[in-house]
Amino acid sequence: MTSRLTLKGITKRYPAVIANDGVSLEVAPGEIHAVLGENGAGKSTLMKVIYGAVRPDEGEILWNGQPVSVRNPHEARALGIAMVFQHFSLFDTLTAAENVWLGLDTSTTLAAVTQRIRAVAGEYGLDVDPLRPVHSLSVGERQRVEIVRALLTKPQLLILDEPTSVLTPQAVQKLFDTLRTLAAAGCSILYISHKLDEIRALCHKCTVLRGGRVTGEVDPRTETNASLSRRMIGAEPARLERHQPTLGDVALKVTGLRLPRLDQFGVTLEDIDLDVRAGEVVGIAGVSGNGQPELMAAISGEDTRAPAGSIALFGADIAAASPGVRRRAGLHFVPEERLGRGAVPTLSLAQNTLLTRTASIGRLGLLRLSAVVQLAAYLIRKYRVKAKGPDAAAKSLSGGNLQKFIMGRELDANPRLLVVSQPTWGVDVGAAADIRGEILRLRDEGAAILVVSEELDELFEITDRLVVMARGRMSPGVNTSLATVEQVGIWMSGLWPGAGPPPVAAPTIEHAEHADV
Amino acid sequence: MFRLEARPEPSRLMSVLSPVFAVAITLLVGVALFSILGKDPLDGLFVFFVEPVKTAYGLSELAVKATPLVLIALGLAVCFRSNIWNIGAEGQFILGAIFGGGVAIHATETSNKLVVVLILLAGMLGGMVWAGVVAVLRDRFHTSEILVSLMLVYVADMLLSYLVYGPWKDPNGYNFPQSITFASTTQIPKLIAGYRTDIGVLVALALVGVFWVFVFRTYAGFQLQVGGLAPAAARYAGFSARRAMWTALLVSGGMAGLAGALEVAGPLGQLTPYVPAGYGFAAIIVAFVGRLHPVGIVLSATLMSMFYIGGELAQSRLGLPKSVTGVFQGLLLFALLACDTLVTYRVRFTRTRAARAGAPLVGAEAVKSEGGTG
Amino acid sequence: MNELAVIIASTLNAGTALALAALGLLINERSGIVNLGAEGMMLVAAIAGFATGVQTGSDSLAFVAGAATGAFMALCFGVMVIWLNTNQYATGLALSLFGTGFSAFVGVKYTQEKLSERHGFKLPVLGDLPFVGPAFFRQHPMVYIAVALAVALGWFLYRSRRGLVLRAIGESPESAHALGYPVRRIRLLAVVTGGALCGLAGAYLSVVYTPLWVEGMVAGRGWIALALTTFATWRPARVLFGAYLFGGVTMLQFFLQGEGVQIASQWLTMLPYVATIVVLVLMSRKPEFIRINMPASLGKPFFPGS
Repeated sequence: MTSRLTLKGITKRYPAVIANDGVSLEVAPGEIHAVLGENGAGKSTLMKVIYGAVRPDEGEILWNGQPVSVRNPHEARALGIAMVFQHFSLFDTLTAAENVWLGLDTSTTLAAVTQRIRAVAGEYGLDVDPLRPVHSLSVGERQRVEIVRALLTKPQLLILDEPTSVLTPQAVQKLFDTLRTLAAAGCSILYISHKLDEIRALCHKCTVLRGGRVTGEVDPRTETNASLSRRMIGAEPARLERHQPTLGDVALKVTGLRLPRLDQFGVTLEDIDLDVRAGEVVGIAGVSGNGQPELMAAISGEDTRAPAGSIALFGADIAAASPGVRRRAGLHFVPEERLGRGAVPTLSLAQNTLLTRTASIGRLGLLRLSAVVQLAAYLIRKYRVKAKGPDAAAKSLSGGNLQKFIMGRELDANPRLLVVSQPTWGVDVGAAADIRGEILRLRDEGAAILVVSEELDELFEITDRLVVMARGRMSPGVNTSLATVEQVGIWMSGLWPGAGPPPVAAPTIEHAEHADV
Repeated sequence: MFRLEARPEPSRLMSVLSPVFAVAITLLVGVALFSILGKDPLDGLFVFFVEPVKTAYGLSELAVKATPLVLIALGLAVCFRSNIWNIGAEGQFILGAIFGGGVAIHATETSNKLVVVLILLAGMLGGMVWAGVVAVLRDRFHTSEILVSLMLVYVADMLLSYLVYGPWKDPNGYNFPQSITFASTTQIPKLIAGYRTDIGVLVALALVGVFWVFVFRTYAGFQLQVGGLAPAAARYAGFSARRAMWTALLVSGGMAGLAGALEVAGPLGQLTPYVPAGYGFAAIIVAFVGRLHPVGIVLSATLMSMFYIGGELAQSRLGLPKSVTGVFQGLLLFALLACDTLVTYRVRFTRTRAARAGAPLVGAEAVKSEGGTG
Repeated sequence: MNELAVIIASTLNAGTALALAALGLLINERSGIVNLGAEGMMLVAAIAGFATGVQTGSDSLAFVAGAATGAFMALCFGVMVIWLNTNQYATGLALSLFGTGFSAFVGVKYTQEKLSERHGFKLPVLGDLPFVGPAFFRQHPMVYIAVALAVALGWFLYRSRRGLVLRAIGESPESAHALGYPVRRIRLLAVVTGGALCGLAGAYLSVVYTPLWVEGMVAGRGWIALALTTFATWRPARVLFGAYLFGGVTMLQFFLQGEGVQIASQWLTMLPYVATIVVLVLMSRKPEFIRINMPASLGKPFFPGS
């Protein structure tokens, strides 16, 4: 049988990096084929090559045995290649049906598309209301819109880019059922992920990428996490040393925090209670879009609308205090967006230290530039940031290095409470291990730490206590060593003991994620 | 064919060269324009770039016109750096003239010489009031500062017109729409006897220094810039966006107002409907061409001032409409914006279309299959 | 009664230039691009249209010249903003400043010229009706074209697939690009169409409305048209309504003066500008309201592959 898709020696060079270096792989009809690799290994570039969004510099693509040149996504779709994007390519103010319609090349009517959505939804258990605007849908529902859009093109190959990062563990199982049904019907699936468990549970074959090159093609069902991980990373990261926490005073106390959302795209916070004590790491788990960014903004002081008395730092009410006041009281925050929030992209690293570090400001607000540059140079050295120097623009750094710089900037300020959002998003494994190590070291020195992450593995690795956010509410805390993935997964849909009744209109788990409209 | 490729970091060299390229392009278009109109391009260039600096009188006139441009552009640079789009400096200039003129009208030949200071302060106040309206509306009602500040130019224009046609009209002025000629005590002291240049030039140059320190050496200046470049980062750092907005608008309004007061109490000596000469709009171009940098602004204001004088000379010498100045000003900003692309992008030339289409797929013989199969 | 008919007729006449320009700007803003050059495009188109009218005596050619001028200027703007990725605000501003200077420069020769008053357009039957006839049906054809355009645009945006694509691009050019739509080409098309309509509006001012050429004669209508799109929350029917509202405000000064109201003319001339500010304040009060209606990518750069 001819293979559905064959890649031979695909190479794509960018000015600074070779994203794909002679990559070859083969996907059979009906096969679920994983592409495994850590961030920056070249997975996304490879998928864009297949989907026609990026043109390779060298190499050959065979489609059902025939050499083809895929020049743009339209041509890819015409061949029968469909893609579900990691960051959804949806239009918020349009309805689900309109979104699907825009992804179809044929000139069917909107009414016909609406009909077909209902049909496909029934066939594959992808429950989608075609007439609802996308901004009112939960993340899980949005993904289903993307998948339905892909399926309506009747694809022979479906590409999914990190599809599970936005789902609860239970929703992941449902997605897998859908994919298995599809594969059984003959559709090949390219499944891009860096999650080992999922690949072993779902996929028939697995191509591992490291640094843009193929480091192996294996049957994941016969591999272990450790063996896959070695192929992906090259070496196993050092295990983190953990000591028993020595608890101190309550550093952060959030009591009955309610905060109405800023606009229809946001989430309203309701009755949030949270304690973080000195000497412990508390993790906040949850599917994205359930109020984590809103809570972070209220704690960091970027949003000062919190009612008086609802947020206390070392016993002092800071609900309305500015970020600067909170910082002086020992609260430092590392946001999830590095470029544009944690750092100004076009300013130098030296200038970027001034965002949160004020030691170089002299009389009359005059800056001592040499001190500013010295601090940046020191941070670059101490935290092993790869950068040309203190004058390098923040945007010239890789995501991981910039994160190390920002983390370093805040750690070096000796915070009494460190709040970190998505500490290792888009960071390679080595840097991620460094960052997690720094977080634990700070904890052992007696600081209080609050971490928000969408990666459950990470939270289980570094936290002492876990809470879960869903629909703008917060679960009770649970000792991490006593928690299980299943339990936290159920909580991520808002179903923890003592939680209010699930919303009437939302019987399924994924429905429980979305905010009221 | 070519395509643009983002540079990892903005090019400092291009940042300096881009205004030079822009001026060169504007000159080329100017030469072409003169040729089309049947004028000798050399005569044209001579009128614009040599004539104004040939004589002491010319240099003095150059300074007279560059002074308000520098003042207004300094303020606008602060605004644009903080991403506040105040494009109504012309209106703030007019209000400065009205406030300053209002004080000057009431001065007499026996007034204390310090009335000049009062006039200038009143002018600044006037500009700040006008910019303050923009700030209040943006702060309270999120109203676009672009449209409001621009609309206020028309309102200011009408206000001035009302005053000089109405309550402030010179009773002995043969019904001309103009105020009385101000008492000599209100005259901004001249720099050199016999020339129109006054100490406004020194004020402007001193302020260039002040703004340089403010923008590059103070925490407040840094905060404003962060607010302009990355609002989310400013919020994260705790820099108040409201304070930045108010500061930027009041500073630029005050500077435009100061320029207006200097103009009426200096070269003009009375209020007329012709006080607004477009300095407020030209200063936008001055600010951008000067790279929002105080020293760059001095250079670009000098250039722009040459355009003004050259335009007047072109009218008398070459029989061209004076509005040729406006054409060059607009062209210069256009050319600058296009050249600025080179600061953040570099141009890559690609091969022909056909080669591009064929490029992705190289024959299989050139490719060695890598990686095992199992 | 008769007087009211005249007021309505002149309001429609005055509102038409605003409507044409604002509908054009609506199209390019729906694609996510703000063109602050409206005033400049209208000015240059006004002199182009007027000169063509004077030279050829043909209104149609004058309108074509105006629209072509606007389209060409918008093309320059569009190439810079979309391909060279220049700042939309600064580039639009440059277009306005250039247009102001350039129109004055080339218009010098035409300040003495005059076109004859346009009147006597009358729709058969309807134009003879009492009151309704003189109020609504004795207008220049361009008045009806503006209304038809608003209706057509409403259908295009909300009932056609191409309109959906345009809205989608204004909402998220990144997503549209990922789906394979030629985002930049479509945006350029929208910008050029917007420029053509602004040009038509400029030509209408100098050929029909005044009809003569005076330096700076657009008098801020380009900026008011920009404000109208916000006022109308980017919906064609509301743009039309807003345009007539402002047409009415402009007319108000003449009628108040005609009625012998004792007030300095300057206060009345100010009215449309003050009204614009008031309207903007009323509309912008609730940022979440604007955010729902505004094309989400408006004013933001989009550079594929960066």
